[in-house]
Amino acid sequence: MSTGFALDAGLVLDAGLAALVLAVAVGAIVAGTAFAAVVGFVTYGLLLALVWVRLAAVDVALTEAAIGSGVTGAVLIAAAARLRPAEARSAAERPGVPLRLAAAVLSALVAAGLAMLVLLPSAPAPSLGPAAAVHLPELAIGNPVTAVLLAYRAIDTLLEKIVLLLALLGVWSLAPDRFWGGAPGQPHAAQQDGALALLARLLPPVGIVVGVYILWVGAVAPGGAFQGGAILAAMWILVMIAGLRDAPATGGRRVRLLLVVGPAVFLAVGLAGFVVADGFLAYPASYAKPLIIAIEVVLTLSIAVILGLLASGPPGRERQR
Amino acid sequence: MRQVLDIFTVAAVSAGALFFLVGTVGLLRFPDPLTRLHALTKADNLGLGLVVLGLLPQAEGFLAGVKLVAVWLLAQLAGATVTQLVARAVRRGGPPA
Repeated sequence: MSTGFALDAGLVLDAGLAALVLAVAVGAIVAGTAFAAVVGFVTYGLLLALVWVRLAAVDVALTEAAIGSGVTGAVLIAAAARLRPAEARSAAERPGVPLRLAAAVLSALVAAGLAMLVLLPSAPAPSLGPAAAVHLPELAIGNPVTAVLLAYRAIDTLLEKIVLLLALLGVWSLAPDRFWGGAPGQPHAAQQDGALALLARLLPPVGIVVGVYILWVGAVAPGGAFQGGAILAAMWILVMIAGLRDAPATGGRRVRLLLVVGPAVFLAVGLAGFVVADGFLAYPASYAKPLIIAIEVVLTLSIAVILGLLASGPPGRERQR
Repeated sequence: MRQVLDIFTVAAVSAGALFFLVGTVGLLRFPDPLTRLHALTKADNLGLGLVVLGLLPQAEGFLAGVKLVAVWLLAQLAGATVTQLVARAVRRGGPPA
């Protein structure tokens, strides 16, 4: 606790961090090219992860760094590269001053409304935290975030994974008919002696261990399926970009199986809840922890494959049969 | 003993911060991409290295220290690779428009 008006080092750090986040956000918006905007966005995501750490929300920080900044950054860079030929044309079509002014005013109003809610809270701020925490020991999951995500909010978590699958289908549907089921894009040129190839050989053994560890530790400490899956996906993307292994055909049976196994097992356990527990997505009390860990493991696999294929883009080659 | 270690931490982390500052000034002031990369690597290698070295005596146990060193090594690996890639892109035809 800070005493009176004494200059608190943490407060100075937070204020500097907040100013930096705002500055980088403005920089990303006014950036001249799509590539510069993406670089700004990735920086913004990493700074935001630091903000979440300062708020003691390490689970959110890990997710923000891995997904919000990392994998999304890779997807956006690929999109910026695809859009480059059309960039000059779309820049000429940018909206007029009145429209941009209206957007700015609207955004400022939303920001002001949120700021008011934060600065003038109805004391004490309403919270379901204590009520949720009462039943958590029954699950024997030490990390309250994982417990809430897979118990109270299991339906949200399930739908979230299905949304990821739908997003991948959206990307795939950009491909012409003759490429359906084929491998994404063109193979990256392999440079067996390059720096990238070296990194793609050295880093994955470390990254895979870290990803599995993050998944496993998610039961008792910050971590979990999403963060672990994103790290595994990043390792796979690195290997594909370096050209060491080509992306698989999107129509392959093994790929399709890996894509759906996570949500399918989650759904199956949820339906089994009707028979062995109190209803949909309810766990039998004595098996709650092993079931949650099993769901997390298959979800991690599916998330890694979904994210890796999302970053690879739509199919661009005819399927080899 | 505790005090000596604390003084060592402050000195090493300050020296690390100085390298970050110098690296940033170089990034902003140097004239072309290759010299700017040169400035950045100093912040990565020596700056982060000194900060990690300074934090080692404060680490809670042996494993936490190993994690700190691992962070430094991974940052080195990533930094060196990215520097190579950027430098290669510059040699091929300048930064992307």
